[in-house]
Amino acid sequence: MRLELVKRPQHSALFSALSPFLAFGLMVIAGAIIFAALGKNPATGLYAYFIQPLTEIWSLHELAIKAAPLILIAVGLCVCFLSNNWNIGAEGQFTIGAIFGGAIPLYFPDFQNYATLPLMLIFGAIGGALYAAIPALLKARFNTNEILTSLMLVYVAQLILDWLVRGPWRDPAAMSFPQAPAFHPWAIVPELFPMSGRANLGIVFALIAAVAVWFMLARTLKGFEIKVIGQSPRAGRFGGFSATRTIIFAFLVSGALAGLAGITEVSGAIGRLQPQISPGYGFAAIIVAFLGRLNPLGIVAAGLVLALSYLGGEAAQIEIGVTDKTVRAFQGMLLFFVLACDTLIHYQVRIVRPKPAQATESQTEAAHGHG
Amino acid sequence: MTQSIGGHAGSLLEVRGLTKIFGTLKACDHVDLKVGRGEIHALLGENGAGKSTLVKMLFGSLEPNEGEILWNGKSVRVTSPSAARKLGIGMVFQHFSLFDALTAAENIALSLDDDTPIATLAAKAQALSHSYGLPLDPYSVVGDLSVGERQRIEIIRCLLQVPQLIILDEPTSVLTPQEADKLFETLDRLRSEGKSILYISHRLEEVKRMCDAATVLRHGKVVGHCDPRQETPSSLARMMVGNEVQAVVRAPVSTTSAQPLLEIRDLTRPPATPFSIPLRNVSLTVRAGELVGIAGVAGNGQGELFEAVSGEVVQQDSSTVRICGKDAGKLGITARRLLGAAFVPEERLGHGAAPRMKLSENLLLSRYATDGRAFVGGTGVVKTGAVDAAAQRINAMMDVRKSARDPEAASLSGGNLQKFIIGRELDRQPSVMVVNQPTWGVDAGAAAKIRQSLIELARSGSAVLVISQDLDELFEISDAIAVMHNGELSKPLPIAEATLEKIGLLMGGAEPGHAVHELEPA
Amino acid sequence: MGMAEAILLTIATAATPLLLAAIGELVVERSGVLNLGVEGMMLMGAVAGFGVALTTGSPWLGVVAAAIVGALFSLLFGFLALTLVTNQVATGLALTLLGIGLSGMIGEAFVGEPGVKLGSLYIPGLTDLPLVGRLIFGQDPMFYISLLLTGGVMWFLFRTRAGLTLRSVGDSHTSAHALGIRVIAIRYLAVMFGGACAGLAGAQLSLVYTTQWIENMTAGRGWIALALVVFASWRPWRVLAGAYLFGAITIAQLHIQATNLSDLAGLPGPLLWFATLLKSIPSQFLSALPYLATVVVLVLISRNRRLTMMNTPASLGRAFVPDR
Repeated sequence: MRLELVKRPQHSALFSALSPFLAFGLMVIAGAIIFAALGKNPATGLYAYFIQPLTEIWSLHELAIKAAPLILIAVGLCVCFLSNNWNIGAEGQFTIGAIFGGAIPLYFPDFQNYATLPLMLIFGAIGGALYAAIPALLKARFNTNEILTSLMLVYVAQLILDWLVRGPWRDPAAMSFPQAPAFHPWAIVPELFPMSGRANLGIVFALIAAVAVWFMLARTLKGFEIKVIGQSPRAGRFGGFSATRTIIFAFLVSGALAGLAGITEVSGAIGRLQPQISPGYGFAAIIVAFLGRLNPLGIVAAGLVLALSYLGGEAAQIEIGVTDKTVRAFQGMLLFFVLACDTLIHYQVRIVRPKPAQATESQTEAAHGHG
Repeated sequence: MTQSIGGHAGSLLEVRGLTKIFGTLKACDHVDLKVGRGEIHALLGENGAGKSTLVKMLFGSLEPNEGEILWNGKSVRVTSPSAARKLGIGMVFQHFSLFDALTAAENIALSLDDDTPIATLAAKAQALSHSYGLPLDPYSVVGDLSVGERQRIEIIRCLLQVPQLIILDEPTSVLTPQEADKLFETLDRLRSEGKSILYISHRLEEVKRMCDAATVLRHGKVVGHCDPRQETPSSLARMMVGNEVQAVVRAPVSTTSAQPLLEIRDLTRPPATPFSIPLRNVSLTVRAGELVGIAGVAGNGQGELFEAVSGEVVQQDSSTVRICGKDAGKLGITARRLLGAAFVPEERLGHGAAPRMKLSENLLLSRYATDGRAFVGGTGVVKTGAVDAAAQRINAMMDVRKSARDPEAASLSGGNLQKFIIGRELDRQPSVMVVNQPTWGVDAGAAAKIRQSLIELARSGSAVLVISQDLDELFEISDAIAVMHNGELSKPLPIAEATLEKIGLLMGGAEPGHAVHELEPA
Repeated sequence: MGMAEAILLTIATAATPLLLAAIGELVVERSGVLNLGVEGMMLMGAVAGFGVALTTGSPWLGVVAAAIVGALFSLLFGFLALTLVTNQVATGLALTLLGIGLSGMIGEAFVGEPGVKLGSLYIPGLTDLPLVGRLIFGQDPMFYISLLLTGGVMWFLFRTRAGLTLRSVGDSHTSAHALGIRVIAIRYLAVMFGGACAGLAGAQLSLVYTTQWIENMTAGRGWIALALVVFASWRPWRVLAGAYLFGAITIAQLHIQATNLSDLAGLPGPLLWFATLLKSIPSQFLSALPYLATVVVLVLISRNRRLTMMNTPASLGRAFVPDR
């Protein structure tokens, strides 16, 4: 008995739409099993995770705050992954963006007006883009594997931040806490509806970015170029597209968005630079990108789902006393299920019992037309 | 055990009602076949007829859905290639199953089922190869070998297992005429040793020359058994294809005074990868209204030449390639297209077209810059309506059969996709058209249409360059034929002076102008 | 024990987990599969090894458990990438993220608990030899296992028919399949071997290198191991050299951080100046050395595209769906 894959002549539109939901459903089931294994009530656990955070306004604000960086980063990753550039270093670009943007109020503390924040955001984006340019150039020029280089740079970025906030940028007034001075009010991202919660402009940036990138990918020649290079590099070269220029473009866009997410986070939710500024957004964004099927509009929804998982973890910790480490486990499982369900888009899966010289349906890739 | 030539007293192999279904496609439909002992049996049919599928079932690579295989009169199930080898069936694949990074001896070891140490195998293989006149160095790395040498490895490893039936799948498609003759000598010797051969081909002259019996397949079904010696090439062709295929109409032309539209001057290019061929001083001129063919066995630099001419790889000196009178050597492919050139590469899926993109998107692939603002607006926004309309126009013009209005490229058959790809370029009325292997793997009807379109394009005043491994095709459509060997291009021979022997010698590397030896009449 | 001996010993301890993980991944990649989940598998091995050693009191049971858990965990990747033919890069990443999460979750109970140490070898007479005694005869068992595995993999890949078959699968899975070689089965076995090795590497971290469980304690070693395989051009002895090079870099920067300038007061002038220079580098930059070194090493090895093409297993990471 074996599992057999029959290649579909065309992608299944049905499963393209259905797969993320299927994956989510499977994750919920797996989650229930984990809760039970930990000795907790699965129903309460799942409720705390996925329903409870949606029941109160302030919690919805928190959802927006967590979703914003996830969506911003994932939209950029989407451009990279579609062009077959595996930017795994978004976490590092996020960090460097925060550093670049956060340097402005630190070095120019008297520059306090309407221009401060926009300048910080721009610098944050530039910082992220420059940091992403490193693995991009190494890949373009030296053919170096971008997965490993971008990832190594994550560790380097975190160490740079650590050094800055414990060393040159340390707030003398903070005594034993390693952190930089808090940002002044002009350097803080304004909240949207201060009366009901903390949600700030970050989510607006995220939505604008998602729509803009969606338009580029779906409707412009640039988007076409990105997709062709990612799917068939040789066909892309035949079309006159440059793989090198695409590598640089994809990484710069992705780095800029991740850097923007970084500065938005530290000048919004956190309010200062400190050693820990991200609960792994750069990596969770990878999951968001795949759950959103590498489509910026889908990524908006997927970002909300993963933001929900962060809040759910905290809620479940309070409600049923389970460790919030479950969050990362759930997220990892979700990606697994997404990838497994995506198989259904390209193939029909059959369980096959081999019988002597008789009926097994199977299909090879007949597309080449040879022989 | 009786060994009667002709297979009357008990066939070695008999196949009854063998069927193989892939999804909705019946690749083999109740096929019957009998191969006698000491017989060379041809399996005829054009591309897509089901020949390769049938023999893969005989060799255990595929599982039949229905039917019976009888070996020496007993019903057997061939469950895997090693089971086939144990029965005494050997196979030389059309697309070699070799490992580039390993040596010839290691490759042979992997296809045998015993644990003989490799050194012993190497010695045996070398001895056998010399005795059959196909010398082979067992310690050479396969990646360094030519196509003909790789085929020898395939043949030797098959013979090492002392098979009773040897299946050869299109063996001469990668050989020069002289190498093919050597192969035929080997087959004669095997036949005289009492072995049987199942010979797959679509080359009718060869079949008539070598084979004792033939089975003809069309669309997966057997349309007849015959003795090829009693048939003519056209009667065999009619069995293979069915209706009369339109012969290609080609009016003679004199173009000595016409303007040169494509000029290649002293093109030299170092090998791009460890496994590719360098180009050496390639020079060629194609004039308006002319169709020039480049013959040559695969692996002699055709792909490298195509990349250099198309601009996927640019040259140092801008005058190395000239298109419509303008220097193009330093220009990329898009700029060359803007000068009026069009290109069709050898590989359809993955090079000429992106497999998972729709036909309309594949149209955009080579045409986004060449039609002004027709397909892409000033801001970079794609005009999907215009692209779609153009794609449908091309489908209608080339009679592309497809399963949906705008399907993914990978879902089309080889012939239909090729028709679309060529049509995509013809639609532009290019002044220069360069095509690499226009009808490889394409069914006869589509192939005829493609060849006719190329001739018509030339006649309308364009310069057409066709690179092809199919000599019959080149003789049919070219005004002149040049030969590519080991990265060098011979001077083109006008079609009136070109003969199969001359071209064959050039393909084998002989200098033009050497005395030509007449081959043995078939 | 002299300073030199101590340094060499710690280099071996630092190099061993890298070597274990990398040699396993080398076999996997030689069969044509790219498993980026090494970091996740190492963490699962570390937490399993620690947990079992803690609950049973036997570090050896911990080691065995780590190998088994690593192999089982890698099956998740195998099922997706080999049977369901998912994208291998994404699936490997998923395995790492899941491994980080799951190990963090399971290890929650072990944070702060004192662990069980895997005792080092002691042969009376041999281990007491000056200088070389402890280096050759007094190391922890994982050191010897790592060397045995490296030698074993070398012999297997290049001297046995099974190893040749595995290499052929990595060169061309279509040719191998056409010859009747069972590509998917071989790849499953390779993936599980890689998982077991990564599990052992994790066990070394939580039972020898330190004796604690800390969340995310691999700190990127899994990724460095992946880089090592590339750096070594998929050759086992070069993996050994690379692992020890990185071990040396790690230990060097740790020692620089740990040494006080006052201890070096007796050094001659130029050396003292150099030591002062090194000590003035912020500790974070020193900690960043292994990661930066990985980047440099990767750039150096990939610059020659010709060489890369010739050495890389040709079907690495490519999807394989057998036709039947």
